[in-house]
This record gives sequence, structure tokens and C-alpha cells, in this order.
Amino acid sequence: MRVLGVAGSLRRDSHNGRLLRAAAQLLAPEAQLVQFNGLKAIPPFDEDDEANPGPAVDRWRTEIAKADALLFATPEYNSSIPGVLKNAVDWASRPFVSAALRNKPAAVIGASTGMFGAVWAQAELRKALAAAGARVIDRELPVAEVEHAFAVDGTLAEHDQQLALSEILAELLAESAERDTRIAA
Amino acid sequence: MSATALDTRAKLPVGSWKVDPTHSTASFAVKHMVVATFRGSFEKIDATLSVGEDGAGQLVGVVDAGSIAVKDENLQAHLGSPDFFDTERYPELRFASTAIRRDGEQLAIDGELTIKDHTNPVQARGTITDPHETLGGAVKIGVTLETVIDRTQFGLEWNAPLPKGGFALANDVKLTVELELAQDSE
Repeated sequence: MRVLGVAGSLRRDSHNGRLLRAAAQLLAPEAQLVQFNGLKAIPPFDEDDEANPGPAVDRWRTEIAKADALLFATPEYNSSIPGVLKNAVDWASRPFVSAALRNKPAAVIGASTGMFGAVWAQAELRKALAAAGARVIDRELPVAEVEHAFAVDGTLAEHDQQLALSEILAELLAESAERDTRIAA
Repeated sequence: MSATALDTRAKLPVGSWKVDPTHSTASFAVKHMVVATFRGSFEKIDATLSVGEDGAGQLVGVVDAGSIAVKDENLQAHLGSPDFFDTERYPELRFASTAIRRDGEQLAIDGELTIKDHTNPVQARGTITDPHETLGGAVKIGVTLETVIDRTQFGLEWNAPLPKGGFALANDVKLTVELELAQDSE
């Protein structure tokens, strides 16, 4: 099972990139997390470019299509999700009937240096993904004050958060497995 | 009018009556943006009214959830997504009556409606015609039914708050079916 991890921050040492790596350590053995690194290359959405959106958008859509499930880790900018992330969601939502995101199982987690753990951004991202037709897990993981959140081995230091992340991943994989069964039937 | 005639008008027409899908509709109407009524329909429907010699009848109906039809293809796709009918997981809406009562042209049906694996009792009211011979000798009846459901009881919970209060969609949805049913000779 292939899980595509998408960090909403472009920064090289992104906290949300670390959060994805922490998630990768918790995945069941049959699952593999592949981190998408092409967010910065995706051009601004423009309906005029839809006929030929270019290689960055093609790659983004292909990576989503290849994945069995999506795991987004988002920071919070001005109480919402980063523009680059919303832009990528918009590209992957079009055309709606055959969109890459349509029916794709997806979960959202997030981290911030503040005390709220990107909780509003996570809600906004879940809303946008659902509007795009994704099969969104109705769970959140707000990791606050993230510079203190990780243990030396890269896992989440707090047991409750580690447990919550495990549960979200289990739910995501179960959703994906159920979908595979349904499609095969 | 004689007592016998009154009795006939209270009975359902005996036989198996199959829907003519081309000339039948299943539609819904819901208050939109607080102020207006939004309507849509389902293109693919199946229904059968079976009435025994004792006059007892059952109406069963199936709607293809993926055949939902509205005026915008993006909205149509959204209505098929997990936000709404989740047609990949729940391809059908189903109805099965548990009791049918007729009084002249008036029809009252109790039954169970299933949407997204949520089954709830509903009561529908409408009309029924007497059998009428049509083109090619086909004998047909017409049935119309209407009911109002709370969509949130059927797993249809999407909504969006409006900036000045209220929500984009009401919870109450009026369902209407207009069926042309042909006597099944088999």
C-alpha cells in the first residue's frame, strides 16, 4: 500500500516534513510512505492552462493516482493553509468528474510552533479536500509548539500524540483497503 | 354511488406493475441559501408495484445514486462524492413499502427508505389512477408520491454556514416520484 505524504511547508527543515517522517515510522509493514517534494514547482492554477498544465502538475496528479492514500501535514499561515498547498489541491480537483483527488482516501495532520497546532488549517484542508471529492478521514492531529514535539528518534515525544497518529494512520489504511475491496468486487 | 363502487375504489389494482423509466421521474427539492428551492432528479429508477388477489400490495423502488442530474456538471460530481451521496460506496437508494392504503385517488404509503446504508421509516402521500388501456394494448396506472425527509438522518450531513447566519442547505428535503407503471404480462 502506497501512502503519498505531502507537507504543506516548502522549507527544507520543515516541521511538517518531520511529522510525516514520524508517521512513516508508525505505518503498518504493508504500507510505505512516499513524500511528495514537487509542491514548489506547481504553477498557480489558471483555467487557461488546464489544457496543458505542464509537467509539475502532471507529476502531482500522477503521484496522487499512484497512491492508495494521501497523508497531508500542514502548517498554518494566517489561520489557514499555505497558498501553495491550496493551489495544489485546486489543480488536483480539476476536472471534477475525473479529478485525481476524487474518492481518494486522505488524512490531514499538522504542526505549528504556536500553541494551537495548525488546528484551523487542518479543518480548512479537510474542507477543501472533501469539496474536491476526496474521502477524508474526520480526524485531526494538532501538534503544538512543534520544536519540542519530537523525541531524538524522530517519533512524537508525547505518548498520546503518538497514539493518535497511529489511530489516524490505521483509519486511513482501513479506508483504503475497504475501497480496494469495493472496487475489486 | 353504490357501496360496491366505493369498495372498488379503495382497492389496489391486482397484478404486477413495472415502471416505465422513460416516463417516470424521481426528484428532490431542498431549500437553498435560505431563500430559494433547489431541485434535482435521478435519471435511472426502477420500481414495481405488486398487488395480490387479496388486494395487499407492495411497492419497491431502486434509484441509481450515480444517475443524479443537476444543471452543473461540477455540482453533479460533488453530489456524487463522499460529501453527499458517496456513489462509489453507496450506488443505490432503495425504498420498500410496509403498508399501502388507498381511498379513491388518494394513496398513503408507509415504508422504509435506505440512503447510504441508513434505513428509516417514511410516510408518503400521493395519488393513484385506475388502470387504463394505452397504445398497443398496454395497460397502465399512474402513481405519484411525495414525502419530506430529514437528510441528516440518512447520512447526508454536508452544509456550509452563511456569513450573515443560516446555512447553505436546509435539512428537510422533499422527495417526489411520479411513476408510470405498466401491467406486467409475464
